Amino acid sequence: MEMDVSQLGFQELNNELRASADENITLKGCIGQRFIGAGMSGKNISIYGIAGNALGAYLNGSVIESFGNAQDAVGDTMNEGRIIVHGNIGDAAGYAMRGGKIFVQGDAGYRAGIHMKEYQEKVPVMVIGGKAGSFLGEYQAGGNIIVLGLNQDERAIVSNFPCYGMHGGKLFLRSECEGIHFPHQVSHRPATSEELQEIRVHVEEYCQYFGGSADEIMNAAFTIVTPDGKNPYKQMYVAN
Amino acid sequence: MIPLEGQVRIPSGCAVSAMISKDGKRLNGESIIESMVPMHDRSNGLGGGFAAYGIYPEYRDFYAFHIFFNDTQCQKECMNLLKEYFEIVQDEHIKVRKMPQITDEPIIRRVFVSPMQSVLRHLQIDEKELVVRIVNRINAGLNGSYVFSCGKNMGAFKAVGFPEDVGRYYRLEEYEAYSWTAHGRYPTNTPGWWGGAHPFCMLDYSIVHNGEISSYDANRRFIEMYGYKCTLQTDTEVITYIADYLLRRQGLTLEETASVIAAPFWTTIDSKSEQEKNTYTYLRNMFPSLLVTGPFSIILGFNGGLMALNDRLKLRSMVVGEQDDMVYIASEEAAIRVMAPDIQKIWSPAGGEPVIVKVKEGAF
Repeated sequence: MEMDVSQLGFQELNNELRASADENITLKGCIGQRFIGAGMSGKNISIYGIAGNALGAYLNGSVIESFGNAQDAVGDTMNEGRIIVHGNIGDAAGYAMRGGKIFVQGDAGYRAGIHMKEYQEKVPVMVIGGKAGSFLGEYQAGGNIIVLGLNQDERAIVSNFPCYGMHGGKLFLRSECEGIHFPHQVSHRPATSEELQEIRVHVEEYCQYFGGSADEIMNAAFTIVTPDGKNPYKQMYVAN
Repeated sequence: MIPLEGQVRIPSGCAVSAMISKDGKRLNGESIIESMVPMHDRSNGLGGGFAAYGIYPEYRDFYAFHIFFNDTQCQKECMNLLKEYFEIVQDEHIKVRKMPQITDEPIIRRVFVSPMQSVLRHLQIDEKELVVRIVNRINAGLNGSYVFSCGKNMGAFKAVGFPEDVGRYYRLEEYEAYSWTAHGRYPTNTPGWWGGAHPFCMLDYSIVHNGEISSYDANRRFIEMYGYKCTLQTDTEVITYIADYLLRRQGLTLEETASVIAAPFWTTIDSKSEQEKNTYTYLRNMFPSLLVTGPFSIILGFNGGLMALNDRLKLRSMVVGEQDDMVYIASEEAAIRVMAPDIQKIWSPAGGEPVIVKVKEGAF
């Protein structure tokens, strides 16, 4: 099914999505409607235009593919499924995400993967093809965040204050991370080939959506960041 | 009776938007009104407003006071005060379009004034200082009168309502400006009333703000020592006075002002060059009480340009787009896509990184 949503509010839009018996739905003319696909299972939603905030919030198994930039809070608290963004994403992507995968072709804004978490078989993954803004993986409690830094701009692969308050999960940066300052409660070191083998499947999936060669991408230095120390909750705002 | 600051708490949202032509091309308000539509849900109908620059070319030498009066008695009292200090060049209604969405309107007047030279000589102050003093005196002292705009060749238009309705109410499609800013309000902590809608103006400075200032009281206590009165039951107005104080009275540049309001962290300062380190350290030490903390994205308008700025932690969103001579700024990319559907260059500035846009010299 194909829908022109340019005149629809976010509630009407989501009602139409829920009411549709079609599994594959294409939305045209999207202009900032929030919560698209929120909580939905079993649908493949393609979006043209600009999806609004909280795209795929609480997503529970659907696949959302956005052919344009996405705004803030992509995949907020998502549980299962895929969100694929052909462009950049705004701030706080994957906020409290607990399962499923987010793939971003370009850059992420501030606080990507904030408070991402995992439990047993539920291990969320976020792959950012470009660079990440400040506070990447803030309070990360689980899951994998992978930043590839594939674009050519001058910026460092991640801006200021990565991994503040991180106390679980893994963060991979395709860079030697010289000059990047990490907080005391995390350790960072070159990733081993076993560790890279673990994330290879995600990079292959990234290439499947956006092109490129997983071999070439993986043939580079990666830094892995994990929490350590006796006080993982120590963070920048309050000394405790 | 409207509850005051601290007596009621309302959760937050807000939307900002702006467009400016670097060539000084004047555009009507249609596009900026439309840009607020996709961000409708960021506001709750308790305030909307616009600032427009370059709209009064025939009166460019006079201060354009936009004033709300509760009743004709207030109006008389306020006009008598103005006449002691200013020549009244023109005194007229601001034309509005009556609509069911906008209610409880006050008397809304536009008064073009020129400061009396004799008064300036007597008080030994310049005309801008006179305007600031008298506006503060009216807003703090005259109950029922409120000057909400007082710059030259610019004006603010604001009301209780959704921004797109407020724009139509003030017939902004009939005004032509080289620079527009807009705000949709979702009041935090404080009630929605006509004076409390954004933008907040002083002289030609106007502020639209999405966020909530944690440092409000510290900022207010400091700025009130310099004669500014915070009377509007909302946090944003203090940023306007800080801008006026730093830019006009202290003579700081826009960049310096940005690094006072959204000062870099000490750890960030440590990583800078020796010269930058000195500058940032000096500014942080000199104006510690003007550091604005808490989430904000603001757009400061002024004659000939505007500046957009996020708090240093970037706790609110802001997107900037550029196409030909136009620069667009908004809380959401969708708003920019309404103003410029095919725009290619779009980015999000970092927290504390000012985006300064100036109209070409001589073009406004």
